[in-house]
Amino acid sequence: MEAPRIKGYRRENGRVGVRNHVIILPVDDISNAAAEAVGRVIEGTLALPHAYGRLQFGEDLELFFRTMIGIGANPNVAAAIVIGIEPGWTDRIVQGIAKTGKPVAGFSIERSGDLKTIAAASRKALEFVQWASELQREECSMSDLYVSVKCGESDTTTGLASCPTVGNVVDRLIEIKGTASFGETSELTGGEHVVKAKAATPEIGEQFMKVYNEYNEFILQNKVNDLSESQPTKGNIRGGLTTIEEKAFGNIEKLGKRTKFVGVLKPAEAPSGKGLWFMDTSSAAAEALTLWAASGAVLHLFPTGQGNIIGNPVMPVVKLSGNPLTCSTMSEHIDLDVSGILTGEMDFDQAGDRLQELMARTANGRLTASEALGHREFVMTKLYRSA
Amino acid sequence: MRDFLIHNSQDNVGVAVRDVKSGENLAGETIDKSNGRKLTAHQDIPLGHKIALKDFKVGDTVIKYGEDIGKVVAQIRAGEHVHIHNLKTKRW
Repeated sequence: MEAPRIKGYRRENGRVGVRNHVIILPVDDISNAAAEAVGRVIEGTLALPHAYGRLQFGEDLELFFRTMIGIGANPNVAAAIVIGIEPGWTDRIVQGIAKTGKPVAGFSIERSGDLKTIAAASRKALEFVQWASELQREECSMSDLYVSVKCGESDTTTGLASCPTVGNVVDRLIEIKGTASFGETSELTGGEHVVKAKAATPEIGEQFMKVYNEYNEFILQNKVNDLSESQPTKGNIRGGLTTIEEKAFGNIEKLGKRTKFVGVLKPAEAPSGKGLWFMDTSSAAAEALTLWAASGAVLHLFPTGQGNIIGNPVMPVVKLSGNPLTCSTMSEHIDLDVSGILTGEMDFDQAGDRLQELMARTANGRLTASEALGHREFVMTKLYRSA
Repeated sequence: MRDFLIHNSQDNVGVAVRDVKSGENLAGETIDKSNGRKLTAHQDIPLGHKIALKDFKVGDTVIKYGEDIGKVVAQIRAGEHVHIHNLKTKRW
């Protein structure tokens, strides 16, 4: 199959983005105010406040830097302003983003105060926005895109309709030599043997099982009951899902029928090549989508049953549902209605055609429902308490 | 028009694709349309919820997607609603 053409932004390092954001990235929680002030002063910038960033250590600190640098490096970002309380960590993030070749500048608040920092950062942001506004989309291939997939507020219709539709598109994307990633480590429980069997080699299957087992051990160590109010969620249960195993088998439908995954990624780690990758993520939507955006994903496919309304600030989230009740009562949140699969009016190939077409339109600039509604959930994954 | 769907011909539960009332005679089929099944509902089954395709006793395994999705913890008759009151995870 010939890869569909899209119009994207080819960045300095050759990667292709589908949005053209100038982000204002606070390094830490106490720099949110300055970052948001710059976001208000300079039109066309996007401030990304978050509730984290002080006194982390060890693996959690590494994940923090990977996430911050990865968000700035994402091909949907044209340029980045980084604002931190002190210059050390601020500069480490600036240097990490600068490796992509894109414009990036750092500002620190100590010995200046908020107001001088906001003035200086705003002046730089103005320059970046004017520069970015002249960048043009150019013809690229859908195979240039890195796409992540994760479902949320699942019900039985996700396993019947929206997840297999995503799986249909994942098969197509991998056949045209595109890049994709799935995760939700805890939500594979009960179906981990099926995922393991989808690894490209036995070694990759063992790597997956090691990551899966570690996450499951963490849950077993911290649980106080059978998690029957957390996994499945109350929304899942309302939609008819009863057990984590049942939820997992619906989830796994997103992996496609023919595709094998080629590697295992740490949270927020960028894939080193084409193909489908497993990333170790939480199953909570905002955390997981932030990790994928930080790993460089430029577009996300999000099946929902009961109506998870998630968005992401830098990565458009295409939402599809096979639940006719959700599609009618929450229509403003749903980009693609595949409930025809339930009634037999639509098959998976037809639904896949529709989703692929919508992906191309979204890549070309069409705003998704979550973008138009202002959903910009940006949530850092925190592995443990700070020191 | 079908009332419920079955993922896999091995499955012992189906999924209602509309709100079903107790006493209704239902027609179901596998998602690949290879197998059909008729059944009378003995309880109300909301859209998306599971309906038992056979009688279950405590300790039986419920199969969906051709896979084990948990254990039966209260007796279930064919045509009844299968959910958190009679099915539990085997994992957590």
